This record gives sequence, structure tokens and C-alpha cells, in this order.
Amino acid sequence: MNTTPVNTVDMSTTFGHLELAAPVTTASGCAAAGRELDQFFDVTQLGAIVTKSIMLNARSGRPTLRMAETPSGMLNAIGLQGPGIESFIENDLAWLRDRGATTIVSIAGGSIQEYQELAKRLRHEEGIAALEVNISCPNVANRGEVFACNPIEAGGVIHAVRRNTNSRVPILAKLTPDVTDITQIAKSVIDAGADGISVMNTTLGVVIDTTTMKPALANVTGGLSGPAIRPMAVRCVWQIHQAYPDVPILGMGGIGSGLDALQFILAGASAVSVGTTTFNDPTTPFRVQVELEEALAQRGFSSLRDAIGFAHPLETD
Amino acid sequence: MPSAVADPIRVEAEVLSVRRVGEYFVMAFAAPGIAERVSPGHFVAIAVGGDRSSMLLRRSFSIYRVDPSGSFGGTLEIVVGPKGAGTQWLVSRRPGDMVNLIAPLGRPFSLPVDPVACILVGGGYGAAPMFALAEQLRERGSHVDLVLGAATESRLFGLVEGRRAATTLTTTTEDGSDGVQGRVTDVLPDLIKQHDSQVIYGCGPMGMLQAIAGVASDHGIASQCAVEESMACGVGVCMTCVLPVIGNDGVTRMVRSCTEGPVFFGDQVRWSDVGTVPDDCLGAPTPTVVSAPLQGRGALPDEPAPRGPVSRGGVR
Repeated sequence: MNTTPVNTVDMSTTFGHLELAAPVTTASGCAAAGRELDQFFDVTQLGAIVTKSIMLNARSGRPTLRMAETPSGMLNAIGLQGPGIESFIENDLAWLRDRGATTIVSIAGGSIQEYQELAKRLRHEEGIAALEVNISCPNVANRGEVFACNPIEAGGVIHAVRRNTNSRVPILAKLTPDVTDITQIAKSVIDAGADGISVMNTTLGVVIDTTTMKPALANVTGGLSGPAIRPMAVRCVWQIHQAYPDVPILGMGGIGSGLDALQFILAGASAVSVGTTTFNDPTTPFRVQVELEEALAQRGFSSLRDAIGFAHPLETD
Repeated sequence: MPSAVADPIRVEAEVLSVRRVGEYFVMAFAAPGIAERVSPGHFVAIAVGGDRSSMLLRRSFSIYRVDPSGSFGGTLEIVVGPKGAGTQWLVSRRPGDMVNLIAPLGRPFSLPVDPVACILVGGGYGAAPMFALAEQLRERGSHVDLVLGAATESRLFGLVEGRRAATTLTTTTEDGSDGVQGRVTDVLPDLIKQHDSQVIYGCGPMGMLQAIAGVASDHGIASQCAVEESMACGVGVCMTCVLPVIGNDGVTRMVRSCTEGPVFFGDQVRWSDVGTVPDDCLGAPTPTVVSAPLQGRGALPDEPAPRGPVSRGGVR
């Protein structure tokens, strides 16, 4: 963990008004609020901790079984279990602030009003570097649809959050890959005021248990994550960066090494999140950050920023 | 919110030995820095399949024995019942191979303040933590009745060691191939009466734990159960291993068995509701959006059906 890169690379990166000292974060839902991982590495050394999506009220989540292992991945249906915003502010956000971690708070709601209330509640809290707006979770108000599947709904949520958030706090819209054209959704949330895009959330899947001959998950469907879906995620980053090269992207999907992270940076991500691979090894986010710096140095980059989108052909006007 | 209290560390651990015991394998690892901090009930989470494995999730096991002063500077042993690809990979390791493990994890069994008589019940390889627990209880002056149960003789674990560690040993098998024919709960009422036992400790399949907790509560005594739930991370970040537990404030919450458990007081677990989210659970969905209850999850059989490679092997 103390490997020193051959050359020093400027690893800082930017999301709107937010400058991150380093480009690797935890992925929402894979790190709780950082405290458990702090037993294994110094969470203040990461670019940021992206907290598990918090809702207005306490939520019990789905019944078990909630998870099935799949080749190079897992299927999960946790159902946004969480303590609700008040407990989150009092316990988790307070801990992150005291610890000195850079914190990106992920919020989720069942209606546009709920997102709006969450933004209002967080508006005057200290220690929030950015908001990640998880619009890729089921939309209760719209009978199970996902906000991020519908450009109008997606834009509506982002507009409501933007209007109720301090203009110096960037907001990132977290998108699902389960759409026909992700750049349309990206356009909608950018137009609605998103400062950046987080991509991608899990993709929907089903596993059948061949012993019971029933779905493995109590919820039947679950979100597939892990290295198995990495090329899909790199594709999403690629397409959004190609369409909107000036919009910063937080890329994620199966990143487990510095070279995995580099793929996302070269495809156009300004920073990356490490998610499911954290379950394999809680030190993964920090190791990815160290390895990414090494990989950039080995390729002659003196700055992470120079590598963002490097895989794309040069633009010709 | 409690976080993991065991202060776990992550190490590359050398495999020292793998030996077959009945239908199980006992594996020993060099685990410096871990052994001296392990209490009975703690568990270990092990990465399987090697560095380029397609199996991402750790397998968790009750810690069977530790020796802080071994010639390898601290050793740790587990009992593995190979069920899926991950546990089969694990038991095919050879001395000198390295595996990545994290321990100690979870909240261990708590010991009674006074040297009261205790009954320890291990189902199959769920017996793993009971020997060290028996030794610690006896050191404190407790009378310890150990009950080991399984479907058949080859799935009983630790008979010789059990005889040494406990004051008495009783075995039960469902097919009568060893000891009393029947289930562990068949012998508990008499044992409770004989020595006025005050606590039952259990580790094994969920159905067995539910039955033990029921017997304890029928007799007005305490029970502590180390539960088995499917886990992805073992360290408290994935939220997959939850079960409905009644808190000291009387409120039911879906709590993580990895960090708040794996040991729970038997009367605080809502055994019949495991596999569901009870309607009165904190944050439960409102009745209008509640999903249909799962069938057949409330009463698990004594021998759990294989749950595939993600089944939490030995942590029970």
C-alpha cells in the first residue's frame, strides 16, 4: 500500500466548482458511509467517499436473499436500506466531517418532491463536497419505473435538486445503462442543471437457483455489477464524453485495478468510483488510486487531466 | 450505529495444513496479529479463487481454533464443508499456498458474569466455535454440557475434542448412526433440568437455532445464537446479510449479521420472519407497496439446502 510511483502525477480533477485532490472514490452503496472501510485504509486519502444513497425516511430494504454471485460480478437487490436523512446527518455525515473525508452525498427518492426535500435538508449542512443524485432507483410514484429511464422525469429530478442546492455544490446525476440511448438522458440532466454525470448504475438481471428452481433473489430482479459489466460502463462513458466532451463524468462499473480505472479516464471520465470489487477486498479503492497514478506515470502523463478522454480521436472543426 | 468492534485486519495468510475430518476439512493458516484477538464466535472472511478469480465474494467461516503462540507466530483454524466452487477451491489449497483473509470479524459470544451452567449446541460443522467457548466457560468455573448434532455420523464434528473440552458430551443424529436418534432439541430439556442451565449457546443451521431459541425461551433461560446468513463482504458495507432483530428499544430493524452479529440473543431474532421484512420493522414498506411474502423461507430445514457458491459456508 506504500508503493511510490516512479514519477509524480498531478492527480487532481474537477467537477464544476469542486476540485478533488485525487480521482478515485468509493461507489455509492458499496462503502456504507466510509467508516467500515476506514479500518482497512485511510479514507481521507481517497478522492472522495460517495455515501450509500440516503432517502428521506428510514427504509428497511428488500427481503433476503438479496444477493447472488455471478461470473465476475454479483446480482443484488438491497432496496436502498438506510436510516433516513436525519440519522444520516447526525451520525454518518458527522463522522465523515470529523474524520476529514471528502464527502459526496448520494440521495435517492421515490418522487421529485422527495429529492427536493432531501436537497433542502442538506443545503445548510457542512462537509458536503457534492451531491450525487441517484435517479436510477425505482420510481415509486411512477409504478416502478426508473427516473433515469425517462428524459423528462430525469430532468425533473435534477432541476428540483439544482434549484434547492447551493450553486457552489456540484450535483452529479447517476444514470442507468438500461436505456436505448444514454446520451439522450445525459442531455436531459445536463440541460436541467447537472454539473456532471455519474455512470453507470447496475444493469437489471435475474439469476435462477437451479436447486430450488426459483429466482435466487427474493426480489426476483436485481442489479448486476462487477467486472462482468465493465465494458458496458466504459461504453457509457465513451458515448457521453463523445456527445458532451465538456461535461465531467464520474465513471464506474467493475473497476478493480489501476488499469481498469485508466480505461474509464481514457474514455472520458474525470474520476472513477470503485464499487463491487470492494466486497472482494476492502482496500481496493485505495489500491486502485495508487495503481492509477503509477499507470499514468508509466505512460508519460504528468497530469490526470491530460489523460481524460485521450482515447477519443482528436476533434477537428 | 455500531461498526465492527473486532478491529479486523487483512492479511495474506499461508496455508499450514488441510485435513479431512468426516465430510469436512479443517484448514490451518498462519495468521500473525489475528490469533491473539479472536474470541469464540468471531469469523473470518476469505477471498477465493486466486488473484484473477471470477468469484468476487468472500466466503465467511466461524473461527474454530486459534493458537497465538504457535511456531508460526499465531495460527487460525476453520472447518469447511465444501459445497460450491469457492469452498472447493479453498479446500484444494496445499501447505505453503497463500490466501487473503480478514479477521477477526463480527461480535463474538458473550460469557456470563457468574459461573452458571451452560449448554453449547453445534449443528454439523457449526460446532466449530464451541470447543474454545467450552474451554473458556470451564476456566471460569461453568459446568458445560456440549451437544453435537447432525443428520448422520459423518457430519458430526469434533467428538474427541468435545469430550475433552466440555464437562459432558451428548450427540444426536437424525438417522441414529451416532448417539441419540433425533435432533439436538430433543435432548435439551433434560440437560437444562439436570444442571439448572442458564444459557444455551448455539451455532448451526438457522432452523436449528430457531428451535434452540424456542427451547431456551420455554424454559425461561437465555440463548445466544451465531447465525448463518448469505454475505458478500463480511465487513459491513454490502447490506446483504440482514435479518430482523428486535433492539433493546423494542423496535425491529433489519440488521447486518456481519457487524451487529453473527451472535445474537435468541429472543431478539425474529426467526419466523427471517427472509422477510416484517411490516412493523423500522422503515418497512407501507402496506400499499409491500411485495408478496416469500414462501418457504420462514422454516428452514435443519440441514440447509445448498444455496450455491455464495452460501456462507461456516459462519452460522
